[in-house]
Amino acid sequence: MSSRERILGRVRRALTDVVPDGRTSTEAVPRNYLRAHGERSTEQTVQLLAENLTDYRAIVHRCDAEQLPDLVMRLLAEHGTQEVLVPSGLPPAWLSAADPVRLADRATSTAHELDRVDSVVTGCTLAIAETGTLVLDGSPGQGRRRISLIPDHHICVVRVPDQVVASVPQALERLDPARPSTWISGPSATSDIELNRVEGVHGPRKLDVVLLG
Amino acid sequence: MSGTFVGMPAFPEAASRAVRDATLRGNLRHATHTIRAKRAQAVAELSDWAALRTAGMRIKEHTLRHLDRYLVQLEESVTAAGGTVHWALDAEEANRIVTRLVQETGESEVVKVKSMATQEIGLNEALAAEGIRAYETDLAELIVQLGKDRPSHILVPAIHRNRGEIRDIFRTEMGRWGRPAPEGLTDAPAELAEAARRHLREKFLRAKVGISGANFMVAETGTLVVVESEGNGRMCLTLPQTLISVVGIEKVVPAWRDLEVFLQTLPRSATAERMNPYTSMWTGTTDGDGPRTFHLVLLDNGRTDTLADRVGRQALRCIRCSACLNVCPVYERAGGHAYGSVYPGPIGAILSPQLRGTASAIDASLPYASSLCGACYDVCPVAIDIPEVLVHLRERVVEGGPAVREGNRVVLKPAKGHAAERAAMRAARWAFTRPGALRAGQRLASGTRRLHPRTLPGPGRAWSGTRDLPAVPVEPFRDWWQRTHGGKEGTG
Repeated sequence: MSSRERILGRVRRALTDVVPDGRTSTEAVPRNYLRAHGERSTEQTVQLLAENLTDYRAIVHRCDAEQLPDLVMRLLAEHGTQEVLVPSGLPPAWLSAADPVRLADRATSTAHELDRVDSVVTGCTLAIAETGTLVLDGSPGQGRRRISLIPDHHICVVRVPDQVVASVPQALERLDPARPSTWISGPSATSDIELNRVEGVHGPRKLDVVLLG
Repeated sequence: MSGTFVGMPAFPEAASRAVRDATLRGNLRHATHTIRAKRAQAVAELSDWAALRTAGMRIKEHTLRHLDRYLVQLEESVTAAGGTVHWALDAEEANRIVTRLVQETGESEVVKVKSMATQEIGLNEALAAEGIRAYETDLAELIVQLGKDRPSHILVPAIHRNRGEIRDIFRTEMGRWGRPAPEGLTDAPAELAEAARRHLREKFLRAKVGISGANFMVAETGTLVVVESEGNGRMCLTLPQTLISVVGIEKVVPAWRDLEVFLQTLPRSATAERMNPYTSMWTGTTDGDGPRTFHLVLLDNGRTDTLADRVGRQALRCIRCSACLNVCPVYERAGGHAYGSVYPGPIGAILSPQLRGTASAIDASLPYASSLCGACYDVCPVAIDIPEVLVHLRERVVEGGPAVREGNRVVLKPAKGHAAERAAMRAARWAFTRPGALRAGQRLASGTRRLHPRTLPGPGRAWSGTRDLPAVPVEPFRDWWQRTHGGKEGTG
């Protein structure tokens, strides 16, 4: 008998006291928790996102489509960026004013090549206001998971208000489980040394979030 | 579980040694009190916390009640998404499977995401025996690995180390494993984190095989979820060509939607954050993004035995947030090592003796490593009644009785060393059913109270060694009642 059969057999014998009810988890579990916490206007939700991102040491900027190229250029210059990674599908206008060398996100690039790049600019799929979280799922303009991980500086553009949801339940509803997703709440951090929070261990140490709208 | 803990002394002995270590107590007190206060604040932000807690409990309870169904569904979903599923009955089989999978890649080193399951099975040691070097990449796990130490907390395994100790470990040990610590390294946390970043980055960038656990597996979609802070998890999950995840069978949840509960309760219970910095979710493999090969090893290792216990099975609801450790007065003083298992604290005191059985001295002592104050139950985000299970396991240790070990029904013998306690209980049962004898005994005890020793002789010595003997009153209550009320009901 295979280990699979033995484990499943043990599970069934362990549950002889349980009467199977055939219900799914959705039917069997009370869902009387909230879909979102508190009543907010759209603008208040965006404001909460900005506050929570800032609370976790992301640097938040707001601008409109016209101002965006100059803002991105300034953020790259402030970081001293020579080379910037660009995922396919990123609107060309976003980087139209930037000086640094643009490198395309390629499947063939090695991790060592990516490690030499200073910054990356991406969009996102959505952002969660209550938790200050950005979600990337590899859709156009977001690139492979590793490009928002290896460079030391990540600029993420969120279209407000249409990419902003209030809460975790609202976020999951809108995501496609088949896509690999990365949830980012502030820059990389550790609390392993005497529970002191230190930003930047392995992921980007600097996270600029641009709320575009 | 891991061979690291073989020969571990029973809890009281290990704990009494730990509480004499002033540095350890200071480190632990600082850490647990810091996180306790932060957690209360993070939880207070959610007005529906009680409803989320109930939902989390019910999702896990429902899953465990239909675990066979959801495991089969998970296997189908993961396979359909391009992954390969393996089943491991015990630690030895899981280690064999992982070793073979690594050997098939031709690699001799792997990078690891912090994982309780791989610690439980002693994977690093098993790989080392086959010439494969496993690098821990979580900062705390790195501190533990470099320090040839053992983890003492589920979430912050180096909680027992202060910054000075960490600097010393980095200075002396980093060079032996790869890039040495920079010259003049101080004990500033930012500098220590930077040293770890440089040391580990060279390993991430060349790694071909990553090994992880998972916080959740979704049966409906085949999605695995890893929750972390530093980005070392993302490195291990996305840069290598091959990813091997070793996950306990109890980590499955039925539906994608169920994540909405746990992604709210886990971060707040664990690190007291609204959300941890990074969460990775992947479903099988994705063309051109992340590992090309994905293996999922489903681990039993005592979980089905635990499931067979109607009271104890609730321990399998645990989502490893470690909130129970941070509020436990016993953990705060004794530290994680005293529990002698990879799962320390209150949850370890109920999980380890169930996964491993209560045959060893340490496992038989763990159900007693608690004051039953109930703080662990209050903070548990899936409402595991830890005190209930502790009492249930104490009964099993003292009385023995039916249990399931390695899938077989067995009758456990009472543990050694509890004969005096059983004899005392038998005597009490006898006396309480005979009022005349009870009265005579009580009068005798009152009459001789000046002669009572401060500690018990013989087998009772161990009991009174850690407790004050109750003083016997001048006269028994029933005599006092008879004398002052004439045996009649009060009129007030």
